[in-house]
Amino acid sequence: MKSELDIMLTVDGAEERTTVEPRMLLIQALREKLGVKGPHIGCESGRCGACTVLVNGEAVKSCMMLAAQADGAKITTAAGLAAEDGTLHPLQQAFHEHHALQCGYCTPGMLCAAMDLLKTNPKPNENDVRQALRGNLCRCTGYQHIVDAVLSAAGTLGSGASAVKGAAE
Amino acid sequence: MYQFDYHRPASLKEASELLKNCDEAKILAGGQTLIPTLKQRLAMPSDLVDLGALKELSFIKAEGDAIMIGAATPHADVAVNADVRKHLPSLAKLAEGIGDPAVRHKGTIGGSLANNDPSADYPAAVLALDAKIHTTKRLIEADEFFKGMFETALGDDEIITEITFPHPKRAAYVKFPNPASRYAMVGVFVAETPMGIRVAVTGAGQEGVFRVKEMEEALAKNWSADAISGIKVPVENMLSDLHGDAEYRAHLVTVIAKRAVAAAI
Amino acid sequence: MVKFGVGQSVRRVEDDRLITGGGRYADDFRAPGQAYMVVVRSPYAHAKILSIDTESARAAPGVVDVLTGQELQEAGLGEVSNAAVALIKQRDGSPAFKTTRHVLAVDRVRHAGDAIAAVIAESEAEARDAAELVMIDFEELPVVVDTEKAADPSSPAIWEEAGSNLAYDWGKGDEEAARAAIANAHHVTKLKLINNRIVVNAMEPRAALGMYDKEQDRYTLHVPSQGVHGLRDRIANDTLKIAPEKLRVITEDVGGGFGMKTFAYPEYPLVLYAAKKLGRPVKWTADRAESFLSDTQGRDHVTEAQLALDAEGHILGIYIDTIANLGAYQSQFGAFIPTLAPRDMQAGVYKVPAIYNHVRAVLTNTVPVDAYRGAGRPEASYLIERLMDKAGYETGLGPIEIRRRNFIPAEEMPYNQKPSLPFDSGDFNRNLNDALAKADYEAFEKRRAEKAKEGKLLGLGLCYYVERTAAGMSEFAQLAVDAEANVVHVYTGSQTNGQGHETVWTQFISSRLGLDADQIVVHSGDSDVLPGGAGTGGSKAVYMSTGALGVASDTLIEKGKQIAANELEAAVADIEYRGADGEAVFAVVGTDKRIDLFEVARKAEGQTDSAALEAAGEYKEAGNSYPNGAHICEVEIDRDTGDFEITRYIAVDDFGHVINPMIVAGQVHGGIVQGLGQAMGERTVYDEESGQLLTGSFQDYWMPRADDLPFFDTSYNEIPSKSNQLGVKGAGEAGTVGAPSAFINAVLDALRLAGVENIDMPVTPYSLWKALHGAEEKAA
Repeated sequence: MKSELDIMLTVDGAEERTTVEPRMLLIQALREKLGVKGPHIGCESGRCGACTVLVNGEAVKSCMMLAAQADGAKITTAAGLAAEDGTLHPLQQAFHEHHALQCGYCTPGMLCAAMDLLKTNPKPNENDVRQALRGNLCRCTGYQHIVDAVLSAAGTLGSGASAVKGAAE
Repeated sequence: MYQFDYHRPASLKEASELLKNCDEAKILAGGQTLIPTLKQRLAMPSDLVDLGALKELSFIKAEGDAIMIGAATPHADVAVNADVRKHLPSLAKLAEGIGDPAVRHKGTIGGSLANNDPSADYPAAVLALDAKIHTTKRLIEADEFFKGMFETALGDDEIITEITFPHPKRAAYVKFPNPASRYAMVGVFVAETPMGIRVAVTGAGQEGVFRVKEMEEALAKNWSADAISGIKVPVENMLSDLHGDAEYRAHLVTVIAKRAVAAAI
Repeated sequence: MVKFGVGQSVRRVEDDRLITGGGRYADDFRAPGQAYMVVVRSPYAHAKILSIDTESARAAPGVVDVLTGQELQEAGLGEVSNAAVALIKQRDGSPAFKTTRHVLAVDRVRHAGDAIAAVIAESEAEARDAAELVMIDFEELPVVVDTEKAADPSSPAIWEEAGSNLAYDWGKGDEEAARAAIANAHHVTKLKLINNRIVVNAMEPRAALGMYDKEQDRYTLHVPSQGVHGLRDRIANDTLKIAPEKLRVITEDVGGGFGMKTFAYPEYPLVLYAAKKLGRPVKWTADRAESFLSDTQGRDHVTEAQLALDAEGHILGIYIDTIANLGAYQSQFGAFIPTLAPRDMQAGVYKVPAIYNHVRAVLTNTVPVDAYRGAGRPEASYLIERLMDKAGYETGLGPIEIRRRNFIPAEEMPYNQKPSLPFDSGDFNRNLNDALAKADYEAFEKRRAEKAKEGKLLGLGLCYYVERTAAGMSEFAQLAVDAEANVVHVYTGSQTNGQGHETVWTQFISSRLGLDADQIVVHSGDSDVLPGGAGTGGSKAVYMSTGALGVASDTLIEKGKQIAANELEAAVADIEYRGADGEAVFAVVGTDKRIDLFEVARKAEGQTDSAALEAAGEYKEAGNSYPNGAHICEVEIDRDTGDFEITRYIAVDDFGHVINPMIVAGQVHGGIVQGLGQAMGERTVYDEESGQLLTGSFQDYWMPRADDLPFFDTSYNEIPSKSNQLGVKGAGEAGTVGAPSAFINAVLDALRLAGVENIDMPVTPYSLWKALHGAEEKAA
């Protein structure tokens, strides 16, 4: 039996201490140890992005990181984006307004990937958004409304963007 | 994943000791290749030595005619660094094209080089730019470092610390990605440095990254895409898989090399 | 008051929880004391199992139990359902060959990933560690994976008792007439094509949490499904051999299904059996590698067809010969998909006097094939739309004119296309014209010439798709007015997989009863609540569920009137329900005497047969609907590398009345991308020698990503359906039906410039380069 490790994470503002096996992934620690169900597991090769969270403000695939590596880190998930009073983050609001989610399974990861983009590039164009989301698979939306939502949250949704009827009404 | 012990050394010295003293230790850098490998139970290390706490390995410095990049510097930092963008825009662009944003936050240049995946991007830059690889033990020339697929000159307890790139006169990296994995099916880095002209190809060769001397000679006489359009790499040395056979890859090497020459700045 | 009625792009009520990390997917459920199950799967595609040694695994840390097929057989478990086989009668009148699939393989494995044993441990990691210790001796057997080769009588039979790999030989239509049409034709267009196999890859992997209540002798299963009732019946009747009432199936949020999550997979009875045996809940969650090897896959047809034309380019008849790969076992609906699901849809939207469809279904050492978004109809549409394009080029009429000449005209609607396509409505010319205008078709040749200067090949492709949505089943709904909470609870037998059912049912009830959205709470996914349910599948939910909800709301209002009549001291006949303009009241006609709906519910006790104001509804009247539309795709190809890019994509659809345009747009985009996925890169490759799935991870199996795609220009021409009360036509599968041929026709339009005549799905840069390179060599 290998030694277990005590780690401390700040998850969505709350300090959490837990004990993990060295081989436990950050996503497993979040879901199994801390009951944080926003980030999902969609693959084991780091290619679907459903597990994306913000680690110290940067998008990271939490299935490609050991919980031990995150010891002391500040983790933000989709649940931590909204204000304390429950007011949605403008990006979440834009996802809602633009119908950027269907089954919702990829959504917490998509939100974190988009947060990461808007931090480094607050005024992205369509191509910037598509590139930034290339590590996050969605099987439902065809991405169009997701791209719309991110552009809208950045205030750059305009001419040349999606020609969808309905979503922009 | 199989079980292992986890160490997070506070110094390079401690890290080296751990590597020396553990049974089957592996270095954990960014983990973007190692962790998926462990998850698939394709490796069974006794110990992981995490370099994450060694902040001294994460830096980018511009000194004289060179850029020094610490081995634990993530791709995302290389992509946006002002010095890299100024003196080595080709390298910034390469870093920007690795994986996806989340992978770039974690993956490191040292990790990529030490793994020497035949379709990784950085080996092409290191070889084409004739970069120097500094380790805890020595300095390794680019031409000496890559020893075939997933093989390098590194010893078991040797850790890459820094990579020194010269400022090229002009250079470019163009990648033709495998549509599924987004790794290079063919990636060509062309560079004209004070030491000469080099063309390095990743993704295509059975032995990993390689130079195309014929193209280098042709470009030395005439730096233009046309100068290399008739040069074909030998098909028998190319990788062949369900995403593209050797003939396709050999063909792409010439096409992509031409585009890299045309794009070089 | 916020407008929440029908026809509005109402924002979704389910979003709140899903964008704040509050979704409740199957893996999110934990039961106290649960153990974890890991399935040991076959490393071989075809082998005899000589022995299974579980001793070391049992001795490993944390292991609770190890189950094998032999134990399950001894315990009397039945087989995994393949109910649809019974529906298939062969051409000679005999029944189809039926495969037998045990929950865990007993003496034979037939595909890589076939389930052999189950290890149950205290933790997932311990179960995985121990799974490696289950020692199995195999004797490898010859492998057959290729669809065409499997149909060759000389290939080894993987089910010896069938005598060959043929599961059935089926036909439909007038064979003689179709043959005669071809014999007498002015021109016959011949085409052979591959409809490539797809790995469904819903983002949420399958999972199951099984529980057993000893006192009540009752099982509960938490599972991501497309309908709890169908799943309950199959598991109970076919596998556990218990009365369906002894099993409760619960599904909450589902992370995508696309057909694949409909079926009763072996893991589901397995966790239930284990839960009963061990006296504690048992949990299983697939990882992605398992999804690739155990979720049903889609499509996989090889088809040869002939289209007979007269001198004016009118269709005289179609003869189709298809080999359909069913995989190693017939999955639950597997036998139905290439045969009865499409029926005569191969005729498309054209007048076709004679059609014959011959299908030979084969068994191979591959993962079972079943419904995937569209289920038989994308295959049919892909065939006819490729044929029409080819015929357009061969006759010189071009792809547009040949379609126009053969369209069933709007003025002839309703039109009964023999033998079994009673179109109720449609205006195909109008949609095509609108799509061509949006695509700026007039300027296409100019665009193409400009691209040629850059060394690029530009092509434009057209598809006119039609699909037939499901009918012929019952859907159930229930309404319960909760007077204390001032809400109406809505229960339906359908099941959201992410399409937005909660919102649409809310819109419907809001408009029927005059309530605000926050006064309506939608429930589904509990087999104990309703007597039955049709689930989601076949693009039918919108008309089936609103049909059932319509019946329930009418009944609710009638019940309410009785109570209101008592309270308002009037005759029942004089009571009307006013559910509009902010009102939700019963009133005496012509007066302002009124009583609120919730007030009526409070008075309901003692006045109705239940404690509250409730009503149930069942609906089965809807016929098939025929959503249809024109898709136009423009593709640019780099001659040097084979790389390609979609530069333009237009869809003009007729979905009848549209209840929520925003939600429908989402369905169309997602549908198109699944169709494009199949056409532009999703490639399922089994090794011919070993039978291993070579594209078994996202590393090797391409899926469409955000940067692979353009924006889609989608719009609707609303031509009401006459087959249901709302005039709607289901929209869930339409995009997937239309996109593959639009894309491939565009690619071929571009490739013809370089002398390439044919290409199969999936197109990749590599396959395009090979085609272009081959044509160059031929020309040289």
